[in-house]
Order: sequence, then structure tokens, then C-alpha cells
Amino acid sequence: MRLEPIANPSLARSITPPAIAIIATVVIASLLAMIAGANPFSVLGLILKGAFGSQFALLETLNRATPLIFTGLAIAVAFKAKFWNIGAEAQLYAGALITVVLGTGALPWSGFALIPTLAIGAVLAGAVVLLVPAILKTRFGVDEVVTTLLFNFIFLLFISMLLEGPLKDPMGMGWPKSARLIAEGRLPRIFDGLRLHWGFALAILCALAVWVIQTRSTLGYEMRAVGLNREAAAFAGIPVNTVLVKTALLSGGLAALAGFSEVAGLKGSLTLDLSPGFGYTGIIVAMLALLNPLGVIVSALFVAGIFVGADSMSRAAGVPTYLADMMLATALLLMVLAIMLTRFRVVRD
Amino acid sequence: MEILDILISASFWAAAIRIATPLILATMGELICERAGVLNLGIEGIMVAGAFAGWMAVYSGTGLWVGVAVAMVVGMGFGLLHSVLTVPFGLSQHVVGLGVTLLATSSTYYAYRLALPQVTSPPKIAAFQPYEIPILSDIPLLGQALFSQTPFTYLAFALVAATSIVLYRTPLGLAVRAAGESPAAVAAQGLSVTAIRMGAVIVGSGFMAMGGAFLTMSAFDSFFFEMVNGRGWICIALVVFGSWMPGKALLGAVLFAAFDALQIRVQQTSFGADIPYQIFLMAPYILSIVALVLVSRRAQVPAALMVPFNKGER
Repeated sequence: MRLEPIANPSLARSITPPAIAIIATVVIASLLAMIAGANPFSVLGLILKGAFGSQFALLETLNRATPLIFTGLAIAVAFKAKFWNIGAEAQLYAGALITVVLGTGALPWSGFALIPTLAIGAVLAGAVVLLVPAILKTRFGVDEVVTTLLFNFIFLLFISMLLEGPLKDPMGMGWPKSARLIAEGRLPRIFDGLRLHWGFALAILCALAVWVIQTRSTLGYEMRAVGLNREAAAFAGIPVNTVLVKTALLSGGLAALAGFSEVAGLKGSLTLDLSPGFGYTGIIVAMLALLNPLGVIVSALFVAGIFVGADSMSRAAGVPTYLADMMLATALLLMVLAIMLTRFRVVRD
Repeated sequence: MEILDILISASFWAAAIRIATPLILATMGELICERAGVLNLGIEGIMVAGAFAGWMAVYSGTGLWVGVAVAMVVGMGFGLLHSVLTVPFGLSQHVVGLGVTLLATSSTYYAYRLALPQVTSPPKIAAFQPYEIPILSDIPLLGQALFSQTPFTYLAFALVAATSIVLYRTPLGLAVRAAGESPAAVAAQGLSVTAIRMGAVIVGSGFMAMGGAFLTMSAFDSFFFEMVNGRGWICIALVVFGSWMPGKALLGAVLFAAFDALQIRVQQTSFGADIPYQIFLMAPYILSIVALVLVSRRAQVPAALMVPFNKGER
């Protein structure tokens, strides 16, 4: 077999493969639920209900989606330029680290001054953390996949060291956790009485900003050109390495905002379980959104919904929560295949 | 001085070889895939799946070697999935690899929860025991380090030799290497690049799963979450460090493992007690990155690595 590009895909051609991918994912999830001895319809129903079925569930999903929008954007920006940042987890923790270093009393400022300072500090920290692999790549030709992946392990150990040393909360009863942010450093809620903080609004804003950068700026054009064909971009006079470094700074900064928003908006302090893999899940979010920054918002809500829904489904139906991860992995693989099939035709020799 | 004492002790080198074994197996697997032109980021998840599958098989009553075979078959299954998506369909090897890692890891954890819903601590199996090779194991230092290991370790070394011989001394190996260097030339010879690459990824993934199985069936005797802990990613670095050559990659794995064994021992000395233990745990990862920086400039990357091949396209 071989693949033949389709010049002008019809509407049916553009819609059918992704639709089949979604249906297939649901079917596979149902089979998995049956293996666990549960009724597939009730399992899927419980996931939906747990994710979107009540005000509480919906707020939980929005809160879970917030860090995923940030990490999803970070990945989308990087992957668009074919810069494989798999280290969003490390950058997230870098942002969270700066937030607690500056926000636990070191800067006795009002909220209007402190919160933007924390956010900017987080962005800078995340950018610096990704700058190292970016420079190793552009200067020494070291593959960024391996370095960013290994950085996740190094950085988490670094955080663990700080939480058991200088950052350890003296009131923490021996737990490795940082002191709490001062009240001025906490992100307020958007609506009184509803458990949703301004981090969500910031995430939406960032998605819009990234969309503007990608579609309306020179940098966005250069990033796309570098992603499509590095040699051609270099030939056209685009400074490929500079563009890659800028991409890395933007990507690292966005991922770090996830850490800032989780600490300042939700948790109030830094622990080693701040992120249940938001950095890695960001890859799924970005891919399901086809690397489109506005699509990231939708796919983050979808992914967050599956996780939140699976948590409550697991309690009710006794099916392990790992069903959510399996569903997402299946959706990811089927979706990249489906997207390819909207543009190529499989021809038999 | 304490460090010197450690370095000349036989038990230290025995530990280094033991730590190196899963890395050697998985690194050979990754090397085979990459030599054929396919980056396999599914390695981390495939090791998790192999660790569970082999252990679970033995726990349900099969023999140890059957367990190894089961792990290998499970790994090959994920390899098949990876290769179908990346070779004939030519999808992004980065995205598919990470997807396979996620799928393999989550399905392993799902299966574990279903198979053992009630346990708080995972049950143990009767794992591989060290087998002292007669005469050879009496050699001072070397005998303890190399010839008093479990049969699984001997298998790993045999597979390195086999990989090296097949890659460099057989027509099949030539075809695999050519698929990674110049697939168009392979197709011009009337061979199927698709079949060669898929075969390499499937076999390579089987090796990776055996690397995982070593952890639950020889290094330890039970399965727990997070047990692979980034070893797969280390192996990807080891392939680069070994310049895509089996012998050099083996050397890299042993050096890395020696360093790992050393940091564990230095932690327990009077000098190491004053340093936060996280520094020691970080050291192997930092070492990997440093090694990559040192070799990357002159690395002989397979020319067609990560380049999909579509017949009829020039």
C-alpha cells in the first residue's frame, strides 16, 4: 500500500475519519468497561454525569481544565515549530516554585502588585528551564526529546530536595510541603461563591494571545515555516535557531503558568503531587486540538471532563480510573490516524 | 578512599551488571528500531507492560522462561501497533511513541487493578536465582561480577552478541541498516521497506519488554507502579551515546549502571550522608545529558531516522 495526497478533500472526507475515531474510542472504552464486569452504558453515563452533570461537577471540570489549557498551549506552540518539548512537567514545577518562593511573604505587597509579579516570575522561570534544552539543541545538536524528558525527573528531585530543605513548611507536621502563599498572593474567585478562580480566565486569555501570535505576527509565521520545513525556512532567510529559542521561551513560559495558577488559584502551597502529569497530558490536549490554540480550550475541557468523570465513575461502578488514561491514549492514536486519512488516500499497489 | 574501596569490590561490579541488564535489553531494542529508521518512544510504556506481563504470567503459574516469552509477546504486540501507525501510515513517530507509552502504561495499571483488586502490597514470585557458571565464576573480581548473575543476565549479553552479528554479518542486518540509511535503495533492490521497518520495531519492542520483565522477575520479585521510572528514556540516550552500535551501547549501559551503583554506595558513606539524597538520584539523569552533549557533535545518526518512506515519492 502507499499514500496518495488528496488535492481537494470533500466535506465527507474531512468529517468521516475523525467521527469514526471518536466512535471507535467510545466502543473500545465500552469493551474495557465490560472486561471489568460493568455495564458499559452505565459507565459512560456515569463519566458524563461526573464531568458535566451538576454545578459541582462542571466547576471541578473547569478547574481541572485550567492547567491543561496552559500545558496544552505550551505543547501546541512548541510542536507547531516541530520543537519537541516533552518537559512541560518540569516547567510547570518551575512556575510553581517561583510562585511559592516570592509569594509566601518575601514580597509584602498588595495583590495588585504581587499577583502579576508572581505570574511574570513564573513565566520567566519556565522559559529559563526550557532554554537549556533549546540551547543544547541549537548549539550542540542534542535531541530535545531526551533532554526535556530527563529534565522532568531532575527537576522533580530538585523540588523534592527544596521541600525537605529550605522551602519546608515549619508548620507542616513533617510533610514535604512549602509554606502557604500570603492572602495577597492568592488568585480570587471569578464569581462569589463559585469555586472557580481567575487562573481559568487567564488561561482563556493566553489561548487568545497565542492565537493572535500564531496567525497575525511575523514570529507566528516563522514558527510555522520552521515547523513545515526547516531547510526551506533557513533557505528563505528565516533564522531557524533564533525562532526555535523564541518558541522554547514561549512554550516554557506557558507551561509554567499552569504551576502558578495551580498554586495561587487552587492549592495555596507547593507539594510534590501538585501535578498528576499535567505536563504529559498537555501533549494529548494539544494533539486532539490539532495544535490550534483555540481548539486547546475545547480539548482541555474534554480531557478534564474524562478525568473528572472517570474519578466519580470509578467510585460508583468500581472500574479502575486508569480507564480514563486508556480512553485518552486510544483517542490520541486514532485521531492522528484519522487526521492523516482526511488528507491522504490509501492506495493498493 | 572509601570510593576507591567501593570500586575494587566484586559486589559493586556485580550490582552494576545487575542494574545494567534491563538497560542493555531495552537499549538493544531501541537500537534495532532506530537502525531501521524508526524512533520508538513507546519504550517506557512497553517496559512497564513487559514488567507486568512476565510477572503476572509467573504469578498465575507458568514457568519463568514462559513468563519471559509472555512479556516479549506483549511487547511485540505494542510494537505492532506502533509500527502500523508509523511505518505504512507514516504518522509522527514522536506522537505515536508517546501515545503507545501512555496506552501501554495505563492498560498495564488497568489490568493490574482488575487482576489484583484487593491487595495492598503486591504478591511476590519465585524469581530467577543467580547461577554460578563453573570455573569462570572462580576468576577473582570478574567471576563475581560477570559469571554469578541470573540466567536472564546471560541471555541479555547473548542477545547483544546476536544483535551485533545479525546487524553486521547477515543480509537481513544489511537490509535493516539500509532501511535506516537509504530506504529508496532498499526499495530499488525489490525489498519491502515497510516489512523491514515493521519487523525491526516489533522485534525491538519485544526486547524492550524483556528489559522490563527483568525488573520484576530477576532484579526484584514483584510488580509495583512507577518501577520503570524513566529507564526507557535513559535507554534512548544510551543509543545515542553508543553511536547506534550494539557494542558501544552495551559499554554505555554498563558505565551508566556502574555510576548508578556507585551513587547508591556513596550515599551510605560518611561523606555522602551530609548531601541531600536527591542529588545522588539526580546524578544519573544529569550524567546522561552530559554524555549526550559530549557525543552529539560526532554522532552517526541513521540518515533516514524519523523519515517516513512512501513508495513512489521522490
